[in-house]
Amino acid sequence: MSKVLVIAEHDGTNLNGSTARAVSCASDLGLDAIDVVVLASDGSSVAEQAAKLTGVTKVLLVQNPANEHAVAAFLAPQIESLAADYSHVLAPSTTFGKDLMPRVAAHLGRPQISDIMRVESAMVFDRPVYAGNAIVTVEAPEGLVVGTVRTASYKAVSNDGAASVETRSVDVNLPSHTRFVELQSGGGDRPDLQAASKVVSGGRGVGSEENFKVIYSLADKLGAGVGASRAAVDAGFIPNDHQVGQTGKIIAPDLYMAFGISGAIQHLAGIKDAGTIVAVNKDADAPIFEVADFGLVADLFEVAEELEKAL
Amino acid sequence: MKILVGVKRVVDFNVRIQVKADGSGVTTDGVKMSMNPFDEIAVEEALRIKEAGNAEEVIVVTIGPKAAQEQLRTALAMGADRAIHVETDDEIQPLTAARILQALAEKEAPKLVLLGKQAIDDDNNQTAQMLGALSHWPQATFASEVEIEGDKATVIREVDAGLETLSVDLPAVISADLRLNEPRYVKLPDIMKAKRKPLETVTVEELGVEHVAAVKVLKTAAPAKREAGIIVESVDELVAALKEKGLI
Ligand SMILES: Cc1cc2nc3c(=O)[nH]c(=O)nc-3n(C[C@H](O)[C@H](O)[C@H](O)COP(=O)(O)OP(=O)(O)OC[C@H]3O[C@@H](n4cnc5c(N)ncnc54)[C@H](O)[C@@H]3O)c2cc1C
Ligand SMILES: Nc1ncnc2c1ncn2[C@@H]1O[C@H](COP(=O)(O)O)[C@@H](O)[C@H]1O
Repeated sequence: MSKVLVIAEHDGTNLNGSTARAVSCASDLGLDAIDVVVLASDGSSVAEQAAKLTGVTKVLLVQNPANEHAVAAFLAPQIESLAADYSHVLAPSTTFGKDLMPRVAAHLGRPQISDIMRVESAMVFDRPVYAGNAIVTVEAPEGLVVGTVRTASYKAVSNDGAASVETRSVDVNLPSHTRFVELQSGGGDRPDLQAASKVVSGGRGVGSEENFKVIYSLADKLGAGVGASRAAVDAGFIPNDHQVGQTGKIIAPDLYMAFGISGAIQHLAGIKDAGTIVAVNKDADAPIFEVADFGLVADLFEVAEELEKAL
Repeated sequence: MKILVGVKRVVDFNVRIQVKADGSGVTTDGVKMSMNPFDEIAVEEALRIKEAGNAEEVIVVTIGPKAAQEQLRTALAMGADRAIHVETDDEIQPLTAARILQALAEKEAPKLVLLGKQAIDDDNNQTAQMLGALSHWPQATFASEVEIEGDKATVIREVDAGLETLSVDLPAVISADLRLNEPRYVKLPDIMKAKRKPLETVTVEELGVEHVAAVKVLKTAAPAKREAGIIVESVDELVAALKEKGLI
């Protein structure tokens, strides 16, 4: 019997939406069972949410005070000890999964398949390289497969499951060399960038932190999340967790609106799966227009203001 | 203390990638190669730690073909003290790279290994974490701020939810994110000086690292192209188009 173990991402109370996307990828493997493991200090509400994900067979709840925050050096040995029962171990390719899974893979002496975007068979996968400018089809070597799932490539599974929740105790020694100090959250109460169906983004062209109000205001009117280019983050206009791109967040909203973003390949890598891309840029030759479904060559401030009025 | 820094030779980030028609890979002939941008940041950070009096020696290491010595010379010109070239013409995947770095770390006993968060060719984002696991060291990935105090490092990490702070005991492995620093420019005299700095060559076999089960690349394809869109002339036209698609 081959089974896949999906590592749940959560904040202690809520299951992160990336988990339902990873489960969707796990379903494509066509195995006998999909288990989800919740490693948490309490995690009972998270486990309940995970049990509702369509396709999930069983939820394992591993409670340990050390799991209060997702520290890879603590989580990895626990996952390693669970992995023996599985043919595949997957996690979302968010900063959580990216940090954690290679540590799990190396503990188990396995290579990792990063950013799975398509399952061809239980051992063959497509993944992007060179910031998405090439797609490789790779075959994992025989044995346990460890991978991360490019969440923008998968739609979340729905919530009509009723899996059982099983509490598991995992008896491993955890290191004392790492201490969680704090998490400074940049986001307010706007929709989460990775789950939002609409995203309004600003780039260097926005010009200042003050001017970014224009972007926030339009986003609020649309009920959209707010994104940014690296240049805008580097310049201090907006916190890092808004960065979209190869090294920021990879997103797949139905509508993406880029204001004052030139369209460098590293930025485009983050929006390839967007439904409709709108670009507003005063430079008609900006590369963003090559990928935009609707382009408007104009001053972003004038457009943003007019647009907000028209909505 | 010593700092070991991993430096990978990759296609320059400005190059437009061309996928070969036969699906065997991407064109690298005659293409500009550079140090992985994240590794440049890792080198810079190591130098700053040394300049602040918290390290004595910065050793840069690359695993790759003869030509990768170019990137080692760049790192030496930036200010690294010496270089190790693990020479191989084989494609090196992260688990093997991590094993090689582990073998070097056992030999050199650095207190800190600084790597890039990801190599921009394969975008794997694995090596630092794998090295952390193999060495049983703490890891602090995606670092945007590093502070060394005695036997500890405090690292601010860029995570999806914001900025996370970890405190780790040394030795540790840290991977550099883009906002950690801005790498210095190398000046001509430094390039000349770098030619005289020590560069040692070893093979994978000499380090006692065996081949591990690897991921096999079956084919390389160009990504699906987005259909070309249209230029609208006014906000009204844009609004009408988005309404028609049911997006607003
Ligand atoms: C390894 C690596 C990784 C990277 N990762 C990322 C990443 O994840 N995400 C990312 O975004 N970038 C990333 N970058 C950076 C990327 O290469 C670009 O530098 C960056 O995306 C540029 O941001 P920008 O488009 O906002 O700025 P610019 O390229 O400076 O473009 C600003 C645009 O604004 C327009 N403009 C100015 N004023 C106005 C106005 N009033 N009205 C309308 N338009 C106006 C200009 O015409 C211009 O096109 C990475 C780079 C490297 C090397
Ligand atoms: N062949 C290599 N030589 C030196 N360093 C490497 C090599 N491969 C990976 N690294 C280091 O590991 C980091 C992450 O690479 P990767 O896991 O391949 O994305 C890089 O930024 C380098 O610092």
